[in-house]
Amino acid sequence: MKVIYVDNNATTKVAPEVVEEMLPYFTELYGNASSMHYFGGQLGKKIIEARERVGALIGADTSEIIFTSCGTESDSTAIFSAIRAFPEKKHIVTTRVEHPAVLNLCKYLASNGYDVTFIGVNREGMLDIEEVKNAITDNTAIVSVMYANNETGVIFPVEEIGQIAKAKGALFHCDAVQAVGKIPINLKKSTIDMLSISGHKLHAPKGIGVLYVRKGTKFRPFLMGGHQEHGRRAGTENVPYIVGLGKACELALQYMDDENTRVKYLRDKLEEGILKNIPRTLLNGNKEHRLPNTLSVSFEFIEGEAILLKLSDLGICASSGSACTSGSLEPSHVLRAMGVPFTAAHGSIRFSLSRYNTEEEIDYILEHLPGVIEGIRDISPFWKKEYKKAV
Amino acid sequence: MWEYSDKVKDHFNNPRNVGEIEDPDGVGEVGSLACGDALKLTFKLDKEGRIADVKFKTFGCGSAIASSSALTEMIKGKTLDEALKITNKDIADYLDGLPEEKMHCSVMGREALEAAIANYKGEDLKKKSTEGKIVCNCFGVTEQQIARAVRENNLKTVEQVTNYTKAGGGCQSCHPEIEKIIQRVQKEMLAKEIERRKLEGKKLTNLQKIMKIQEIIEGEIRPALIRDGGDIEIVDIKDNKVYVALRGKCTACPSSQITVKGVVESKLKEFVSEDIEVEEVKSEEVF
Repeated sequence: MKVIYVDNNATTKVAPEVVEEMLPYFTELYGNASSMHYFGGQLGKKIIEARERVGALIGADTSEIIFTSCGTESDSTAIFSAIRAFPEKKHIVTTRVEHPAVLNLCKYLASNGYDVTFIGVNREGMLDIEEVKNAITDNTAIVSVMYANNETGVIFPVEEIGQIAKAKGALFHCDAVQAVGKIPINLKKSTIDMLSISGHKLHAPKGIGVLYVRKGTKFRPFLMGGHQEHGRRAGTENVPYIVGLGKACELALQYMDDENTRVKYLRDKLEEGILKNIPRTLLNGNKEHRLPNTLSVSFEFIEGEAILLKLSDLGICASSGSACTSGSLEPSHVLRAMGVPFTAAHGSIRFSLSRYNTEEEIDYILEHLPGVIEGIRDISPFWKKEYKKAV
Repeated sequence: MWEYSDKVKDHFNNPRNVGEIEDPDGVGEVGSLACGDALKLTFKLDKEGRIADVKFKTFGCGSAIASSSALTEMIKGKTLDEALKITNKDIADYLDGLPEEKMHCSVMGREALEAAIANYKGEDLKKKSTEGKIVCNCFGVTEQQIARAVRENNLKTVEQVTNYTKAGGGCQSCHPEIEKIIQRVQKEMLAKEIERRKLEGKKLTNLQKIMKIQEIIEGEIRPALIRDGGDIEIVDIKDNKVYVALRGKCTACPSSQITVKGVVESKLKEFVSEDIEVEEVKSEEVF
């Protein structure tokens, strides 16, 4: 069966060019970059090249790039670094819609002596900048706000937030794993002090990430040990994955236009087709301030897992913020924070596209989705025939 | 990704008896849109009082739909008394099992069935469903519902209770209260079990009694002693007297008499018969 993969905010296909570039570093050039001999030492150049490629994508200097094992490590490193560098400050500001990598760490700190402010969002998933302004104080060690939300794709006004943080002397960390590679980011002109990247969200493999740390930012390492990454992240350099991530960043830069034109067009086509042809369907998240590849919709009166199972049988891979898919009993924290109506909270589906999706695939989804939704609604005790007209 | 059995997949993809019976004899509605799953069950009886037709409509995940579909198949042709005997476990078994986190789907099926039968009998459903104190406010689960799930499925942890009833799956502030209910019901269950065993014990033949004593010493007492570096052996059983020898660390243990009287004897009294006496035989007496 053909697989139509529209779950790219969960993870992406590794680009074939990336794999090709990585392969020699497993069995041929397998040395340790820290070795004195040429065989290992020559890898240092490849790591620098990768750093340059990452830097080119986000507008950073090579000295500002720290390779990590994943986005979660980058997030933990940034937040722990800030609270260790400013031990006298006991306040953290974040949002209610962060990824668990930030949210659960902040909850942990909240029960371990820190005062944490969780900023809410409105019905469209947007932050209230005034609320952020009021939350940050002189006692705030770090403000951690995501660049774009993984479920809705909503982009937050991070530069404005960074300015407010700066004015109060707080560090600003930005979890940008969903944004990097999808929208242009230039940290040369930015208020962001630290920024997290995850390789597998931009067609590099799982197991590699980056923490950007602006020059001059007070920093304390998370993993301690060897001198790697200038003593900022111990652990033998993961050469093949670093090389892979560098290539993936280079490709992301090349495809940036495609992402914001063709991929965006496909997303918009999918969105319009769904909202036009399937009654009682809501768009989750602000339409304008949104990643070009992400679409979150809620189908009223039905439950997301049932939809995903039917889609999966058709080869369509998407995801849901419904309770049942995760094993929890409540819809996702993002949808709850947005106050999605209870008729729709359990029936959310997220489609997230990538450069590998085609128009035929979108047409295929649009052809089959209405039938799937209708079939499940026919079983639902809350669905009424008269709703059909109310498109 | 959930590991669903083929039967669950079949009942999800080809649900049996979907719909609503017009002019039904009984209607049961449980769950809500806010809770994430809901089930409406309607049935009609034949002249002999058997369920002639039954239909369902379900809002929920794959296993909720499959559980509802399975339930309708299971109760067709049954009398109401027979149908009421079906437990949530029966529904899960019929589907070759459900993931632990999805057991609440089978509980919803059983609750809808009860609601429908209560409706047929003219019982006040509202009163019945709100009977008992609400323990979990997030999902509106009562003490009774929790106690029943614990009893019928021998649940031991809060996590299990959440999997089976949803209680405690939201803000989690009711976890201590759920813990208390588990302890109370488990205690009740144990007391009943002891009572049952005692009743059985009175009717035991000599041989059965000896086997029972062996079973308890082997199954419940020995493992605990072995963990502590000791051991126990049955030397002889004469009428109500059980002669045991302690081994390993137990032989040198100053509290061995407490072990014999306090643990072994009281266990056997509890589970076999009140008249049992246990005596320790020192090693030299054995050999």
